Amino acid sequence: MLRYRRPSPGTEPELLHPPYASSIKRAPTRALVQFPHTLSETTGPFFYKEIVPPKAFDLTRQHKGEPLGERIVVSGRLVDEDGRPVPHSLVEIWQANAAGRYLHKADQHDAPLDPNFTGMGQTFTDDEGRYRFVTIRPGAYPWRNHYNAWRPQHIHFSVFGPAFATRLVTQMYFPGDPLLEFDPIYNSVPVESARKRLISVFDWATTTPEIALGFRFDIVLRGRNATPMER
Amino acid sequence: MSGETTPSQTVGPYFSIGFGWLNRSDLTHGASGGEQITIRGRILDGEDQPVPDACLELWQADAQGKYAQPENVPEKSPDQNFFGFGRIPTNERGEFSFTTIKPGSVPGPDGHPQAPHIQITVFMRGLLRRLVTRLYFPDDPAHATDHVLNLVPADRRATLIARPLPEEPHTLEWNIRLQGEGETVFFDC
Repeated sequence: MLRYRRPSPGTEPELLHPPYASSIKRAPTRALVQFPHTLSETTGPFFYKEIVPPKAFDLTRQHKGEPLGERIVVSGRLVDEDGRPVPHSLVEIWQANAAGRYLHKADQHDAPLDPNFTGMGQTFTDDEGRYRFVTIRPGAYPWRNHYNAWRPQHIHFSVFGPAFATRLVTQMYFPGDPLLEFDPIYNSVPVESARKRLISVFDWATTTPEIALGFRFDIVLRGRNATPMER
Repeated sequence: MSGETTPSQTVGPYFSIGFGWLNRSDLTHGASGGEQITIRGRILDGEDQPVPDACLELWQADAQGKYAQPENVPEKSPDQNFFGFGRIPTNERGEFSFTTIKPGSVPGPDGHPQAPHIQITVFMRGLLRRLVTRLYFPDDPAHATDHVLNLVPADRRATLIARPLPEEPHTLEWNIRLQGEGETVFFDC
């Protein structure tokens, strides 16, 4: 059976990362138990395309009016480590509005909600693994992790891929954001080259004249091994 | 294009905005037979405090031990069948509950059938990447030969096995402890 490769060392965040205060009481302290993948890990949930409304990819068209803020196109490809496209994968996003406020009762940041922006979208990747969202650029916002803590602008991404083993939740950042170097969540990824894969790139190809700037965010899921054991 | 994997990042405190539309705590729709079971529990942190901002995702086989895959599901969804996938947020008391069909046995890596189990992903604020664990069912002789369970130190296996509630038929209790005494076994998936 083909098994999914482990991510390269330093690619995934450590579970305990004290600069991110919430990890201290929530990260497990015992070593994770390793085991070879079985059918339970190499299969994964299947979703009918019909569960996602056709317009769910456009976060600027979910209300009567248009949301405030800078309209952007966020698109990219979902591939595995060997460059193979991952088609028909559910992709979910959620984000703050242009003022840096989430439509969530726990978000008490003193910034306005936008009646024309919910901040959530879904789509499926196409046959080549491509996806595309239209949204607005989220604002940075303060949080209480440490004194004067601010999250860089980001969009949360949730991707299923073909298997239980490929499930990924991550965050997409924007190029040149001065807050990145101070952000304990971004910096929880030990290896710099891996961290930088979380930063989208400005993209002329999807920048739409008179409409929106384009940002490209390619997502790479784990590849598979033909060899039965990797460790 | 190829390259190395995209790292995980935490779901953060506001994931219900993005996840809520697909919350599913009843996995019995469209199931063909099998024993219906409700499983409930709590998620507790290192100070025994309930975790109100967490979410479980489930993946399991049907009662015959078959995972739903594109090649074995109907071409058109008759209704909202979810084929073994569940997504359940914890409430303000850190509790979760779901109803499903007890899965059948699926093949293990050593040729032996695995003991019936549910694959569990745990997301929450404070977790920089997901946690993966498994829920097994009580009093199953197949535990003795289950390949994965046998890789778990014997004194920790009980954390993966739900326990019956004598007062409530067809209901099991299973708690997730993130740290400390009785810390749940998590896997490097």
